[in-house]
Amino acid sequence: MTQSALSRTNPASHGGWFHYLANPGRFQRVARPALPWLVVLSLIFTVTGIIWGYWFAPADWQQGDAARIMYVHVPAAWVAMAGYAALAFCSLLSLVWRHPLADIAAEEIGPVGAGFTAVCLVSGSLWGKPMWGAYWVWDARLTSVLILFFLYLGHIALIRAFDNKAHAYRAAAILALAGAVNLPIIVFSVQWWNTLHQGNTISLTGPSKIYITMLYPLLIASVGFYLTFVTLVVARMCAAISERKTISLLRAMAEHGQ
Amino acid sequence: MIQTINVWPFVNGAYGATVLFLLGAAWLTFMRYRRARARLAQAEQL
Repeated sequence: MTQSALSRTNPASHGGWFHYLANPGRFQRVARPALPWLVVLSLIFTVTGIIWGYWFAPADWQQGDAARIMYVHVPAAWVAMAGYAALAFCSLLSLVWRHPLADIAAEEIGPVGAGFTAVCLVSGSLWGKPMWGAYWVWDARLTSVLILFFLYLGHIALIRAFDNKAHAYRAAAILALAGAVNLPIIVFSVQWWNTLHQGNTISLTGPSKIYITMLYPLLIASVGFYLTFVTLVVARMCAAISERKTISLLRAMAEHGQ
Repeated sequence: MIQTINVWPFVNGAYGATVLFLLGAAWLTFMRYRRARARLAQAEQL
C-alpha cells in the first residue's frame, strides 16, 4: 500500500484520532456500534464487583463487615477524580483547539461525574459513622472531595447559565481548568495533612497494603465503574449530537419555509 | 467491655445508594438516547 493510500485510511496519519473524531457525525458513527459492547462490559464488571464485594469478599480484621463499603466507595472516588480530569482535558481541547466535540463531552461529563462524586460522599459518610462515630468531619480529604462536588455543580450550572452557548462553554472550560488544581490536593491530602481519613492503601509505585482477596473485587468493581462512566458519557454524547442534528434540521426547514 | 454496633444498615445503605444511582443514571441516559434518536428519525422524514 502506498504512503498516500495509507494516509487516507489511517486517521492517525493525518492529524490523529482527536482531530479525526472532532467531527460529531463521525464520532457518532464510531461510538454507536461500540455502545452495546460497552453496556455489556460495564454490566459484567460492575455486577461482578458489587456482588463479590458485598457477599464473598472477606471481612476486614479491624473494621469487620463495614469495610465492604470500600468496594463501592473507592471506585466511585476514583471515577469522580478521573471524570474531573477528563472534564479539564476536554476544557483544554475546547479552549486551545476549539474542538467541537470537546464542548459536548464536557457538558455530558459534568452530571455523570457529579453523580459519582455524590455516591463517593454518601458511601463515605455511611462508612464514617460506624468507624469514626460521625457522618462527617471537616477532614482535608473529605473537604477537598466536597469541593470537587461543588466544582462539578458549578460547571453544570455555568454551562446552562448563558443564552450564548459559545460563551457558556468558554466560561465553564475556564472554571474546569482552574478547578483541576483540586485534583492533586485530593490525592495528596492524606499525606500533606494529618487526616482522619486513612492513607493510600493501593499504590502504583510501591506494594499495596491490601490482601489479594480484597484487591481483586476492588479492581473489578473499579473497572466496572470506569466502564459505566464511559458508557454513560458516550451515550449522552450520542444523544446530544442527535438532539443538535434535529434542531438544525428543523431550523433549516423553517428557514426554507417548509 | 467494647460495644460493637451493627454495621449492616450502613453497608446496605452505601450499596443501596450506589445501585440506585447506577440504575437511575442508566435509565435516564437510555430514555434520553432513545428519545433523541426517535426525534431525529422523525425530523429526517419530514
